[in-house]
Parts: sequence; structure tokens; C-alpha cells
Amino acid sequence: MKLPVIDQQPTSTCHSSSGGRNPYGGLSRPGMTRRSFLRRGAATTGGLAALAASLSPLRDLDSDDAPSVQKFLQKHYKEMDGADMEAALERIRNEVEHRYEVRPNIRDIKPMDGVEFVYALNLSRCIGCRRCVHACVEENNQSRDPEIQYIRVLEMPRGSMDIEDGNHHYDHETVPDESHFYMPIQCHQCANPPCVKVCPVEATWQEPDGITVVDYDWCIGCRYCEAACPYWARRFNFSKPTLPKADLNPDMSYLSNRPRQKGVMEKCHFCLHRTREGRMPACLEVCPTGARKFGNVLDPQSEVSQILRTKRVFVLKAEVGTLPRFFYYFDERDPFAQLTIESVDAKTVSAGSAP
Amino acid sequence: MREYLRFLSRCFRLSFHGNWQYYAWMLALTIVALVGLNAYAKQIVAGLATTGMTDQVSWGLYIANFTYLVGVAAAAVMLVIPVYIYKNRDLSNLVILGELLAVAAIIMSLLFVMVDLGRPDRFHHLLLRFNFPQSILTWDVIVLNVYLLLNLHICGYLIYCKYCKREPSRKFYIPFVFIAIVWAISIHTVTAFLYSGLGGRPFWNSAVIAPRFIASAFAAGPAIIILTLQVIQRATRHPVRPAALQLLRRIVTVALSINMFLLGSELFTAFYTGGTHAVSAKYLFFGLHGYHALVPWIWTAVALNMLALIVLYTPLALKMRYLNLACVAMVIGIWIEKGMGLVVPAFVPSPIGEIVEYFPTLNEILVCLGIWAFGLLLYTIFVRITIPVLQGRLLIDVVFHTVQHQVAAESPAAQPVVEVAS
Repeated sequence: MKLPVIDQQPTSTCHSSSGGRNPYGGLSRPGMTRRSFLRRGAATTGGLAALAASLSPLRDLDSDDAPSVQKFLQKHYKEMDGADMEAALERIRNEVEHRYEVRPNIRDIKPMDGVEFVYALNLSRCIGCRRCVHACVEENNQSRDPEIQYIRVLEMPRGSMDIEDGNHHYDHETVPDESHFYMPIQCHQCANPPCVKVCPVEATWQEPDGITVVDYDWCIGCRYCEAACPYWARRFNFSKPTLPKADLNPDMSYLSNRPRQKGVMEKCHFCLHRTREGRMPACLEVCPTGARKFGNVLDPQSEVSQILRTKRVFVLKAEVGTLPRFFYYFDERDPFAQLTIESVDAKTVSAGSAP
Repeated sequence: MREYLRFLSRCFRLSFHGNWQYYAWMLALTIVALVGLNAYAKQIVAGLATTGMTDQVSWGLYIANFTYLVGVAAAAVMLVIPVYIYKNRDLSNLVILGELLAVAAIIMSLLFVMVDLGRPDRFHHLLLRFNFPQSILTWDVIVLNVYLLLNLHICGYLIYCKYCKREPSRKFYIPFVFIAIVWAISIHTVTAFLYSGLGGRPFWNSAVIAPRFIASAFAAGPAIIILTLQVIQRATRHPVRPAALQLLRRIVTVALSINMFLLGSELFTAFYTGGTHAVSAKYLFFGLHGYHALVPWIWTAVALNMLALIVLYTPLALKMRYLNLACVAMVIGIWIEKGMGLVVPAFVPSPIGEIVEYFPTLNEILVCLGIWAFGLLLYTIFVRITIPVLQGRLLIDVVFHTVQHQVAAESPAAQPVVEVAS
């Protein structure tokens, strides 16, 4: 390969010269000939035209994605005061009304004191009907096309607890299939969440009641949290979410099910717009078998507290150290379990002191 | 200050001058860069659905290229260390070309991060809520930008001093050179920690990732520099001593050997142990449950790297033709190994056992090509400016004529190549 030298190469082509004298005088500025001026003008115009042409797809940019001063100046959730939040909510109300022709009941619901939510799922009862999957989509205003689902139900062969063996796309006429059991997986609301740790802009964090939330207006869409999650619980809006007007759930809150934008993460939030107001999550309400249990683990009388005391529970991937708040269990009662907290403590102590 | 602005303006004008091959090269790069920009504009409008990425494989070519280019940028120290620590004379007139390559590579890698963002319009959120030191990504933002500034300062200062015919003051650049040496290691270490810190991805969750990144970077980076220096030598007549290229050959040989050793250690641990930790490696090398999109990629990479290694260890490598062959082979081989061979397989199967394969789309590939073209464009301009300054043809009091023949044709009195300004 013989490359020619850039400079000092004899050539018959005419080149403009930055230091060249202008024999015609005063065309535009010294050191420029008429010809070089025209040539530069043509090159600049051509370059700008090519630049404009390459950017032309931006004409189709959705008006919702276009930058606006209000969105640009909106603060991080934790930095907003009451007035800031009210302004943000009002903007969202207007946007939703404009797009869906419904004025939503949107509010910012704070966590309750003395509450830590925990989910417990009875694997003996789950029949794999996927009603929870669809109830969740309807409740939480997920995109319908492509459909974003927070819950994935695995069909597991009997004799294995390895999720690598699970079938994600089982498609029987009826469920349950005799030779399988079913394991729904959704966000485990970890007490030590890797997704929160990795977020570069603090767009996702753990609330005092244990729910990990996303500020959809703050997320920059780097998807590092999606790579970090060991339970594949996070979803990204690769395209603009589509939600038919008739399907919009107008009961919404800032940190949960308000409509999302293109290019941001979302995830299960334990239906916090319901659960922080004393109701149950949509996936639990729809479950026909009662496999799903939800409640406040800090309340010793709650159903989940009793399950944690009396059932043999386990968490997925305990080895990654994420401390999930989502427990699986089977129907069998632990024969040694007692219903009161005191006796559990006593048993632990006595077991610990035994040689 | 005024003089500096004049310098910049002369550099700007100079970058538009050259012979027809230079114009053709720059025009071709500009066209590819604009095609990439066009593809990115489409991505902005339609979202990242224009890429082959999914919720299962949520990082792809963009992050693969980012990782590779951080390595290329870090590899500039393989010129800096011989010159500034071992006082190597063969490389001393070339070290700045390596540092400029680092500048171009860092800019490209930052662009690859930008195009990977779902909401680039919110980039300023990084300045407002910076999750430091928890998020390794914030560490990366810091180390990459500081490395960019360090190299811009070192190159800019040395070139401008040369331009002004001043002796560079050592205290203004030597401390930064030594900081940059440590910093170069840090940029690729932190980039490796982005991956190895994730407990939910067993394929990445390995302590050998960072050493492997450094080794592969110090193989691929100097290999690129070996090739680039020869192109520069032929295009600009800037002297590149054979001894310089031979020193780089030895560096590349050692680095590639270490890289292959680390890869082997990784594979032994994965395959001998088996189990969940080996699933992604199994998918990568042999396919899993009938899915094997990455198998041809990784075996190509292994073959190319082995070919390069064999050539480098034989006397063939003393001949430039074979050395170049080995360099091309390992540049491509390591690109695959770090991209399709490291970033993508960690996502297959998904953490809950689903297998979804990744196929980059045309639009995604065009964006990548556009960024590479833009980076090459930048580097060409850097070299275009730097070489005349180093050769003393573009100085503060010397008017630099790119093509004297045209001047001669226009004016009856033939003018010299360099002319002292009045």
C-alpha cells in the first residue's frame, strides 16, 4: 500500500490557500479569491444541507418528547416541595387529559409509618392461570403494544426448583398441568437492592415501607438497573408506550401507575397507590386460588407475619444477598411452629444454645 | 489569548486543506458520520426499539463498542510509559500521536454511552443528582472525563508550545503525564467493575474481568497504534522508526499472551465447575438449547487471536507485512471478545432462565459506524494539525502553505513553501 503524502504533493487541482494573496482585491476578506469564496460558500451550504437532511427524521418527534422548560426544570422527587409536586401533578393531569380524554385522580401518596410491605406466595396453590399478570397490566397502565408485564410465571417440572428449568412460554388449553407446578416471579422489593445501588442519577430508590420506586421523570434510561437485577424485574420502554384510551386506569399516583414515557424504566411497585391506602395489590385481588398474600411485616398479627412464622418459606437466589421481601412457601405447616412471636423467639434461643 | 485563538483558527482552516486523497477520505468519513447521525435521529424519534436490544438483552453493540474504546484510550500509556519512564528515544516523536488517539477514543466511547441512553435529553440529571460513590457508572463518568481532560491538556500544551517555539515547562505537563499513566489503568478498571460488580450476572461476576480488560486493551490498543503509525508515516512523511514499531510489537505480544491466559483461566473455572455459573459461557461457546447466535462470533475471535499470537511468536512478526496481519487479526478478535463475547452473553439466558438472542439491527449498526467515522474524522484532523507543528512547518511566525503550486500558479513570483509572516 502506497499512500500519497497529504502536503507537498504536486497537483493540478486548484486549492484555496489561507495565506494566498487576492489579486482581485476586496471580495470578502484578504486572502480569498472569488473562486475560493464561491467554493467555500458552496461547500458550507452543501455541508449544512447534508447535516439538515441527516437530522430530518426529527420532524416526526412526538410533541410529548419535545423538550419543554417545565419538564427541564422539574426537580428530583425528593427535592420537590408541596408546590413543586402540585405543579408536576397538574402538568401530568393536563397531559393525561389531553391524550386520554380522562381527567385522572393522580396524587403523591406517601408511605405510612410503621409499615414494611412483604409479599408471600403459596406455591402449593398457584395454578399458573396468569390472571395476576394481566390484572397487573390493566391496573398499572402498562404499554399494551408491546405489552409490558411485571409478572412472569414459570412452569416448573416437578422434581426441580432450578429456575433454569422453568418454561416461560407454556401454552396449554387449561392449567394447571399435572406434571408441573407454577412459580410467578416479579419484583422482590429487596432490602438490599442492586438496582438502586447502580443507578447513576438516583432515579430509583427504596421507600421507607420497603417499596423500590422509579421517578419516571428523572430516569435517563441507561438500563444499568436492568442489568443489575437478579430477578429480571425491571422493564424498559424501548418505544413509546401505547395504551388505548378506554383502557386507562385513572386512579394513579406519581410513583406508581401514571403513564410512562418512551425511554424510561418501570417496575412493580406493589400497587402502592392501592396498598398505601389500605387496599390489596391488583395481582392479589384477582388470584382465584388465594395463593398470594400481602401485608405489613411489622404488624405481628398480619397474615404475612403469621406465614413467615409458621410456614417454611424461602427466597429466590438467597446467595446474591439482596434480601428479598418476596417469599415463597408451600402449604405444609411447620409442625414445630407456634403462632405467637414469643414462642418463636424462645425456640430460636433454645435451638441456638443447644450443643 | 488572542494568539491562542489565532492558533485555533489556523488549525480549523488547516483541517480543510489537503490533496484530493485527503478530501476523499474526509468526505467519506463525513458521509458515514452523517448517515450515522441520521440513524440516531430515527432512534430518537422511535426509541431504542430501533435497536436489537430487548428487556432480556438490554445492552448490545453500543455498550460493547464503548467498552472496547475505553480500552483503546487506556492503551495510549503503552507509548507514554516507555517515553516518560524509560526515556525511550524511538517513540518520543510518536507519543503525542498515541495521546491524541486516546482523546479520539474517549470522545467516541462517551458518544457510545450517549446513544445508548433512553433519555439523552435528561443528561443534565447527572449533574443534579450524582449517585457517587454508590454507582460505578458515576465513577466511570468521572474517570473518563478526567482522562479526556488530562490528555487534552498534555497534547494541547505540548503542541501549542511547539507552535509558539517555546520550551514546554516541565511542571506544566510532567505531573499530568504521570497522573495520566495511573488514570489510564483506572479508566479500564472502573469500566470492568461496571460489569464485575453485578452479583446477578454470574458471567460478569468474576474478579478476573478487570485484569482481562487491561490485558486485552494493551494488546488491541498498541496494535491499532502500530497500524495507525504506518498510515501516518506514509501520508505525512512523519518519521516512524522501525525500532518504535518493534517495541510496540513486543508489548502487544506480552499483552496478548496474558489476555489469552486470563481467558483460559476464566473458561477453566466456568467449564470445569459447571452449573449456573457456566450457562452463559456454554451459550457463548457451544450454544444452549438450540440457540447459538454467538457461537460463530466467539470462535472467530478465538481463531483470530490465536493466529495473531502464533504470528507474533514466530520470526515472521519481524516482517511488517506479517506484523500488520497479526495486528489486524487481534484488533478484530479482541473487539469481538469484548463485545459479542463479553457484554452480550451475560444476558443470555436472562437471570430467570429465559433465552432471548440478540441480533443488532441495521439502524444500530449505522449509528455505530457513524460514531467510528466521526472518531476517525477527529483523529485525522488532530494528526493533520499536529504533524506540521511537530515538523516545524506550522509555527507562530511561519505561514503554512498546504499547496504551494496553486499559489505559484496564481502569482507570477513563485513562493516558497514556508514564508515568514510580515
